[in-house]
Amino acid sequence: MKRLSRFRRHKAAAPLLLIFALLGIGGTFSVASATTASETSAVERSTLIEEGRQIFLKGCSSCHGLNAEGVSVAPSLIGVGAASVDFQVGTGRMPMADMSTQAMRKAPVYNDEEVAALAAYVASLAPGPEIPGMELLNFERDGSTAEGGELFRNNCAMCHNFAGQGGALTQGKYAPTVMGVLPKHIYEAMVTGPQAMPVFNDKTITPEEKLSIIKWIKSAEAEPNLGGASLGRVGPVTEGLLAWTLGLGLLIGVAVWLATKAK
Amino acid sequence: MTVEAKLGQVANYVDERTGAAAFLKKSLRKVFPDHWSFLLGEVALYSFIILLLSGTFLTFWFDPSMREVVYEGAYQPLEGVKMSAAYASALDISFEVRGGLLMRQIHHWAALIFMAAIVAHLLRVFFTGAFRKPREGNWIIGVGLLTLGIVEGFLGYSLPDDLLSGTGIRIAEAIIQAIPVVGSYLSYFAFGGVFPGELFIPRIYIVHVLLLPGAFLALITVHLMLVWYQKHTQYPGPGRTEKNVVGYPLMPMYMAKAGGFFFIVFGVTAFLAAVASINPIWLYGPYTPAQISAGSQPDWYMGWLDGLVRMAPPIETYFFGYTVSWNILIPGLIIPGILFTGMALYPFIESWITGDKREHHLLDRPRNAPNRTALGAMSLTFMMVTLINGGNDLIATHFDLSINQIMWGTRFGVFILPPLAFIITKRLCLSLQRADRELVLHGRETGRLLRMPSGEFVEVHEPISPEKAFILTSHEQLPALELPAVDARGVKRAGALKNKLRARLSNANAVAIPKVSTEDLKEIESH
Repeated sequence: MKRLSRFRRHKAAAPLLLIFALLGIGGTFSVASATTASETSAVERSTLIEEGRQIFLKGCSSCHGLNAEGVSVAPSLIGVGAASVDFQVGTGRMPMADMSTQAMRKAPVYNDEEVAALAAYVASLAPGPEIPGMELLNFERDGSTAEGGELFRNNCAMCHNFAGQGGALTQGKYAPTVMGVLPKHIYEAMVTGPQAMPVFNDKTITPEEKLSIIKWIKSAEAEPNLGGASLGRVGPVTEGLLAWTLGLGLLIGVAVWLATKAK
Repeated sequence: MTVEAKLGQVANYVDERTGAAAFLKKSLRKVFPDHWSFLLGEVALYSFIILLLSGTFLTFWFDPSMREVVYEGAYQPLEGVKMSAAYASALDISFEVRGGLLMRQIHHWAALIFMAAIVAHLLRVFFTGAFRKPREGNWIIGVGLLTLGIVEGFLGYSLPDDLLSGTGIRIAEAIIQAIPVVGSYLSYFAFGGVFPGELFIPRIYIVHVLLLPGAFLALITVHLMLVWYQKHTQYPGPGRTEKNVVGYPLMPMYMAKAGGFFFIVFGVTAFLAAVASINPIWLYGPYTPAQISAGSQPDWYMGWLDGLVRMAPPIETYFFGYTVSWNILIPGLIIPGILFTGMALYPFIESWITGDKREHHLLDRPRNAPNRTALGAMSLTFMMVTLINGGNDLIATHFDLSINQIMWGTRFGVFILPPLAFIITKRLCLSLQRADRELVLHGRETGRLLRMPSGEFVEVHEPISPEKAFILTSHEQLPALELPAVDARGVKRAGALKNKLRARLSNANAVAIPKVSTEDLKEIESH
């Protein structure tokens, strides 16, 4: 102490002391505030999970069981992850309108906050695929349209049709159209494999390749119909129908007119 | 010298060297009957000319090669993708050749209309009995043209080497392989090795642009020359007999109408090509055997064949190390073989049943040949059921049905519905004959009611015009063939079984409501 006290009247003592004091206060504050923040987040998350649980109990538990353990009519949701909930509820597939062959896309019943709460609740049950963040979904930057097209034709077109218009599966099941679907939902469908769709994990199709597929889908969606009316982009069936009705129909009309006798 | 004199000199110069004047004088006055249904064959003819013209345009840029190239053209979503030169050049025609996409679409729409017009023309000829003597040969040429059209259309569909084309070729390969014993050798022969190889597109290209169009031109020429020589058939009517043709001369009436009609057919085809997309190959992507699209379909004229294959149950048998795939063999080769052979031979089958070996230039009204009309309706129903199953996946998704339900429905439907169509159509024809008889006997119901002095209400009937009465009564009703099993001396005749079948068919064919006779009318008048 004697050594220190020797410098107590030094001209640098006061500014140094001030700097130490400021650092001390700042450091204490930052540590203190950091602790507070993480504590509130945990609190917020547990409220979110609780909110989600309440929504689940009201809207989902009648089929999926009170603890999401699943019953005969509906599968267990333990371990399906937030991505699955975000896809199924966010696209309106869940809750199902009726117990038909397949949940169909419709206007979502829950808003974004409620979907987030439900997703948090289901994710809290066991770890599973997470909702892809906006940073990950930068398909415009990280994807390649041509590569995405090849991947789509290799992995998706056999069910979803060459232009992503959807197609029939067995026993009334179907692969829906992928047009007009949010990039987030396309990504989630690939990782979670909803309905009859297989899971395309990150080893089968890497995240970059998934983004390429999304980029190709978005490019097909935005592509104008270069040859005139698209006729649904479903191949020769509608073309044949038009050839017989409008094509031959018009020509027969003209033939009748040509063969009419002048009166 | 006047213009007329100059023209006369030129005409004389040509005539002195070719003798064309006599031929033209006769030909230009040739008479053709006038009816809209006689123009269906013309639609097919004009579509064929459009196909020749637009197809020639396409050959200027199409590269029929399966050499692998990297695409560097205008269509961004395929930038840098490996594909065959054939597909790349088809993309270039669509996006880089001026008017190329329009020409491609005109070519494809014209092909669909060509086939539709052929089928419509065939139905007209069948239902009116225009195939009867002396036109059996021309009927067979027509069946040949239809068959060639199906093949030619399929080859055209296969040429661009997009994902849909390749899928079609893959199915054709499967059908070739299904031929017992020699199938796999034939497939090696056609593809020059294992599917897809590098030879198939160049091979079908030369068949598509040279061999088959040549065959078409030859057959169409014979088809039309026969129409010319045998003269056109006509619908029954006053003044029309088996010995004359009532109509308009070729020049000027028919020349003007037919010439104008060509441009209308061209116009309708170009209109469709301008407003409606057909075969958007850039969306399908290049063909690789590992890929397939949901809802892959052939063009409509192959749809029935696809539907048959789709409904076939998976039956295979093994003989001495050879696999016989009945599931492909029956729907892909045997049934089409039976159908087309039966169709080609039908004129002979019908004349065998009726025993009618006379020439016919007056057409039948379909109701007056109930058996034939019912047979046609039966065949059409068969085709429609199989065609529906050809599009079962699209019907399932668009009408919220199960693809399995549609498949099972058509599996049963293909056996149940055609006979049902036969019975219903035959009864409808007989009912229409009955209605004709009523009309001739009692006239048209005017809807005017009269109250008689006694208080009774009666409807006033108006007699029909003599022209109409003639049309309703001029057809002949042939009795069934008399084919006794034993001859006059009580000896069993040769071929008794065949005769029994022929007699049964003849009896069924001769069922008719007796048409109004002169005695009937006298009877009515005496009231």
